[in-house]
Amino acid sequence: MNFFQIIEEIEKVDPEVYDRLDSRRAIFNSLRGIGQKVTLATAPLALSALFSKAYGQTSTIPAGVRGVLEFALGLEDLEYQFYRQGLDAPGLTATLTGAGRTAITTITAHERAHQIFLRTALGATAPADRGAAPFDFTGSKGGTRQALFPTVYTDYNTFLAVAQALEDTGVRAYKGGAPALKVSPDILTAALNIHSVEARHASHIRTMRRTIAGGVAGTPSLSASPKSWISGNDGGGPAPSATAGIYAGEEITTQATINLLTNTTPNPSVALASESFDEPLDAATVTAIASNFLR
Amino acid sequence: MSDNLQPRGSDETTLDQPLYTPIKRRSFFMYAGATAGATALVLAGCSKDSDNNPNDAALIDVGSSDVGVLNYAYALEQLEAAFYAQVLTGAYFTGAPAAEKAILTDISIHEKIHADFFKTAITAAAPTQIIKALEVDFSSIDFSNRTRVLEAAKLFEDTGVAAYNGAGRYLTNDTYLTLAGKIVSVEARHAALIRDLISNGTFADNTVLDANALEMSKTPQQVATAVNTYLRNGSKISATRLV
Repeated sequence: MNFFQIIEEIEKVDPEVYDRLDSRRAIFNSLRGIGQKVTLATAPLALSALFSKAYGQTSTIPAGVRGVLEFALGLEDLEYQFYRQGLDAPGLTATLTGAGRTAITTITAHERAHQIFLRTALGATAPADRGAAPFDFTGSKGGTRQALFPTVYTDYNTFLAVAQALEDTGVRAYKGGAPALKVSPDILTAALNIHSVEARHASHIRTMRRTIAGGVAGTPSLSASPKSWISGNDGGGPAPSATAGIYAGEEITTQATINLLTNTTPNPSVALASESFDEPLDAATVTAIASNFLR
Repeated sequence: MSDNLQPRGSDETTLDQPLYTPIKRRSFFMYAGATAGATALVLAGCSKDSDNNPNDAALIDVGSSDVGVLNYAYALEQLEAAFYAQVLTGAYFTGAPAAEKAILTDISIHEKIHADFFKTAITAAAPTQIIKALEVDFSSIDFSNRTRVLEAAKLFEDTGVAAYNGAGRYLTNDTYLTLAGKIVSVEARHAALIRDLISNGTFADNTVLDANALEMSKTPQQVATAVNTYLRNGSKISATRLV
């Protein structure tokens, strides 16, 4: 794998790759076209630099789209660091094992891939990856207030509770950002394709929490809360009031003025009606939630 | 006719494979030369092939633009709701552990809520354009067999996620786009759990994610071809105007 090979592959689907300096959308078309031929993940950082030159002209991404992508990148940075530190935490080595460690490792890799993908899309002026420095996942804001989750990296249950909070927040955030991406259909599709992966993560983290709560290790059960989907505004376990906003509004049972409780035959319970739709969150609320984990 | 001899395209979803096992060209001629049953076989082949022919007048066109996407989603939700309704009457479900019963019951109700929601929403927005109630064909699924049921559920859920993701770009209305987003993440939660029931840890594996860890969305045409396997003649859909 080298740059010339990659460019040749791109040239097959985008003959004007060398001239292309002004089409943001082209990068996604190109990536889709060559996806079967090269494994982009093998040289992501190098590719990022390449695409930044060929496609990364900031002026060609509408400002609104760029804002959403940068916001999404911030969340991916946060999620990746949360899991990375969890995998490395000495206090979790005895409990984060087996299928649980495998799953967290998988999710960590996905968040990393999302980081790289979004930085590539944003190009040369993408916000820098500051690593672990900005984050304090105990929620003490660098020791300046009482920690919200003092045992996040020593207690497995707390670790998973925070993981669920971050994943569910991510799902709501991507949903909230979608309309602003409509002007760039390829970017919208890419964002939707990240959004559903975050939802898969959230589902699995919730399944893991039930397993701990009363099931057989490694075998999903439904012995306790939380369900794999958001029921009412129940976060499925103790969470400090600082993060209550994560589930605020999820309890609604009316969608587009249609009352799901009476519209559905037979009429469902309030819980099931609330579960059947996830809700978006605006950027300000997401920022407020995320800021709990910033120094 | 000659289309019947074509091997399946490699980009087709595996959803319809059980009913569309290709006949090798040589084998086909061997059968065709076997006189008596030959004509019937050939005709059956033609009929089968036309099921997924987008030019077939019997196909239900979901339409274009916003209403087209809503009809498309309505079709998929009808299919899912009907599938889980049948799961709940099957022998596997009857004998399933309580946890699995609870999961499948929840999902069946979520899908019914989605289907009924679209029916009302489209009726209000475009009463003359809503597609009819679809008739399903699950004869290829053994509802007494846990593996068969969960594998089918996995295909329906994964296909639903890939379908919503792929169709979002065709919506012009912000409200509809947000609604699609509200539903697709619930479908993704379903998909992940069904996959974990089949094999724990497969909630987001490389059969649904690409090398960038993005879900591999599907075009409406790809999805229509896949789901038509489970729809009766006269209820099969065409989504060729969602472009």
